[in-house]
Amino acid sequence: MAEPLLSIRNLSVQFFTYQGVVRALEGIDLMIQRGEILGLVGETGCGKSVLARSILRLVPDPPGKITQGEIRFKGEDILRVNGKRLREIRGNEISMIFQEPMSSLNPVFTIGNQMAEVVILHQRVKRDRARAICLEMLSQVKMPDPDRVLSKYPHELSGGMKQRAMIAMELSCRPALLIADEPTTALDVTVQGQVLTILDDLVRRIGASVLFISHDLGVIAQLCDRVSVMYAGRVVETAPVEALFARPRHPYTVGLLQAIPSMHEERDSLMTIPGVVPRLIDPPPGCRFAPRCAKRFEPCDRVVPPLSEVETGHAVACHLYPGAPEDATRKSVGAGEDG
Amino acid sequence: MPPVIEAIDLVKYFPIYGGLFGRKVEYLKAVDSVSLAIHPGETLGLVGESGCGKTTVGYLLLNLLQCDRGQVLHHGVDITRLRGNALRKVRRNLQIVFQDPQSSLDPRMLIKKTVGYPLEVNGLARGSEVVSRVKRILAEVGLDEDHMYRYPHEFSGGQRQRIGIARALITGPEFIVFDEPTSALDVSVQAQILNLIKELQARHGYSYLFISHNLSVVRHVSHRIAVMYLGTIVEAAPRAALFERPRHPYTRALLASVPEPNPQRRHVLGVLSGDVPSPVNVPTGCRFHPRCAEAMEKCRSVAPVSLEVAPGHSVACHLYGPSESDGGTRRQR
Amino acid sequence: MWDTFRKERAWQIKEFFFTLRLLRQNPSAVAGFLIIALVTLMALAAAFVAPYDPIRISLGERLRPPSAAHLFGTDELGRDILSRVMYGAQISLRIGVLVVVIAGGCGALLGAISGYLGRRVDNLIMRVMDVILSFPPLVLALALAAAMGPSLNNAILAVAFVMIPKFARLVRGEALSVKEKQFITAARASGAKSLWIILNHILPNCVSSVIVLSTLILGETILIAASLSFIGLGAQPPTPEWGAMISVGRKFLLDQWWYATFPGLFILVTVIGFNIFGDALRDILDPRIRR
Repeated sequence: MAEPLLSIRNLSVQFFTYQGVVRALEGIDLMIQRGEILGLVGETGCGKSVLARSILRLVPDPPGKITQGEIRFKGEDILRVNGKRLREIRGNEISMIFQEPMSSLNPVFTIGNQMAEVVILHQRVKRDRARAICLEMLSQVKMPDPDRVLSKYPHELSGGMKQRAMIAMELSCRPALLIADEPTTALDVTVQGQVLTILDDLVRRIGASVLFISHDLGVIAQLCDRVSVMYAGRVVETAPVEALFARPRHPYTVGLLQAIPSMHEERDSLMTIPGVVPRLIDPPPGCRFAPRCAKRFEPCDRVVPPLSEVETGHAVACHLYPGAPEDATRKSVGAGEDG
Repeated sequence: MPPVIEAIDLVKYFPIYGGLFGRKVEYLKAVDSVSLAIHPGETLGLVGESGCGKTTVGYLLLNLLQCDRGQVLHHGVDITRLRGNALRKVRRNLQIVFQDPQSSLDPRMLIKKTVGYPLEVNGLARGSEVVSRVKRILAEVGLDEDHMYRYPHEFSGGQRQRIGIARALITGPEFIVFDEPTSALDVSVQAQILNLIKELQARHGYSYLFISHNLSVVRHVSHRIAVMYLGTIVEAAPRAALFERPRHPYTRALLASVPEPNPQRRHVLGVLSGDVPSPVNVPTGCRFHPRCAEAMEKCRSVAPVSLEVAPGHSVACHLYGPSESDGGTRRQR
Repeated sequence: MWDTFRKERAWQIKEFFFTLRLLRQNPSAVAGFLIIALVTLMALAAAFVAPYDPIRISLGERLRPPSAAHLFGTDELGRDILSRVMYGAQISLRIGVLVVVIAGGCGALLGAISGYLGRRVDNLIMRVMDVILSFPPLVLALALAAAMGPSLNNAILAVAFVMIPKFARLVRGEALSVKEKQFITAARASGAKSLWIILNHILPNCVSSVIVLSTLILGETILIAASLSFIGLGAQPPTPEWGAMISVGRKFLLDQWWYATFPGLFILVTVIGFNIFGDALRDILDPRIRR
């Protein structure tokens, strides 16, 4: 059983606001192996973006605070490393791309300038060599006319091209882990197709792992190796992608899959999940999905269900599936690929 | 039955000013000769990517934008020629629901007033009658009476969309344009709103123009679908026909690019190369030819005309043109 | 009835108390508010608390320095300066409020019409505003007051006229951005007329910036009104307006310092009070800072 590349244990993040304490993340357990693409799925407010930012310690403090847990990357706990090591990791060993390519690129510098900056900073090479590396990366993302693109400004490129430039920039240092926070949500569907194909190809070639965050289950199904489903600040289910879609266990996952309209068949009406997502300021005790769950029973309102394995590599946090005891579970979750 | 609303050769170009003296430098050809018809109780889905002009078509149908050429017929009357009170009377029948739950409601206006004012400004009701009608319509869209006394920011995205729908329906319209109504909503909320929209149509016989870039959503709600590309309709067909037997190369590429939520059936997503072009520099001939895998010599110079290839199914593509020598064979595809 | 009112305004009441709480935590807001409160109190209570009748002449007590009997001393006709200053507060505040109401009302309406209707109407209205703005406010007010004849009411009208463009410009800017929101298109789609949209959608969305501007303008107004009276174009004798008092007190500045000093001090403090309160209020009402 190989050591996972990234291992998040019991992570909790809270935001201290005027209205109260927002429990954005509570007891998150997550693992990413080398070379795998883990999809993180959830709806608005489930905490997936907060989780992404916590990994690189980008949560604004105040009002946010990582109250407990550890994030082990290549054996080190990121939450406890010093500033110098953190800067080494960011951009170099762990990279991140965001949803809005418009706002991630600095509008007053050329693409070439920004890309070269990243390369020079982390790889300590001279300008000419950096330019060559940038050109190489741009051709890897199949950017048309890479030479001219280097001297263009962000507003001169389309959304798809900007995302490709971002991918090129963030992968230029061959990071071990790429965090992609809804990278194609703002793009048209045909452009999304191109960008995802390029991304998939490139990360497989570099051997990078990806934490791919999205609310689009179609994209997740097509791209990811394993998936974690989040609800109201907790991970409710983690499984290999085929297992998740074929045999979803957690009632929320089931509801989510039934609510998606399909392009390939017709249904009279879509199954919906009654109720709304709970407020994270005063979340329900016990299972946070209980108020909306058709299958809830006695312990659901009182006790938080732990994430426990129901079959190899497939773990659920639901009282319907008590599964194996906690400690054993933590070790085996995420080892599905090798185990 | 005659159509509730019909568009005939609609054209809308937006001038772009530039240069030293702010002269008209070029035109953004948003909508270029679009024709469609919607019958009572029917939903026409309008799909396309950004810049294709679908939202502009929606606005043109309601005369919220004045078209440069063409007609919009509502029960035979050309509404593009109407002004003032005559136009206002027609507006009661034709309504719109917007995409952005954030800016589609006035943050300073009570829900009671937001939903009720269409009745007041049109002189259809006053005072307590407005209140009772607001209560009724709120109940129909799944909200409580009490919600009348609140402000938009106290509601979730899905609830705000319901309020937007309530406002559109309160005057009892015949035809409603839905401009990407669920694009900003989560999947589970989207399902609720789509069910509501369909229920209301079944109950009241509304006709809809449903604009969206999401093909799965469009399949779920529409009876017929029209695909737009760069200001023109490239293909229009009944729902099943469009998804099972798409003809136009763009339609086929679009369908292939949609990621299917089934990991057992993985398919290549990036089938179309190049970017969505801008409606300012429109390619000559067939607008799709620079990206089309099946482009022919003719496509570069001659714009294809929309032809019917099967009952109710029309395509604008030279692959299905009558002048092709083996056009007969091609049509059987 | 009250029940419906309370239901409808529930959120606004909550927001109001939230604003008060934020103001309480802001030192300059508190300081400004205290000053304004003091001056207002003085103005309201003048009739009951002032020790003497402000226009009562007492030639035997002319130009007395501050003492136990006359805290601020007396003027050249033996009138008690403290009492005059207190009644002066009434006058200054009245001028301020009237000017803000007139200028705010006209200016906001003009600005909203201009911003919403755009093109020719916008051009016309804004060019007129530009012309008014091209004059230094005091000079223009002076010219208008002189043309209309020296009286307090004319001074109020003159200053209001000068302040209209400031409100118009502000509201026009807000109207331009509100105009692009989808709920405006929705209103047009529902058949609402332009005037209805301006009154029911545009103006309510400009309220908080108008309030902030009003507090700042109040301060400036008091200053301009005092200046007009100083020159003799505003309040006429025996009206105890602060500027008028300084005007006369100037002659006695060397030997009878108290005459001009106290009214001047009050002008200074009042204007500062409104300004710092207005600044703090602007920050507090800024939606980005609020959350």
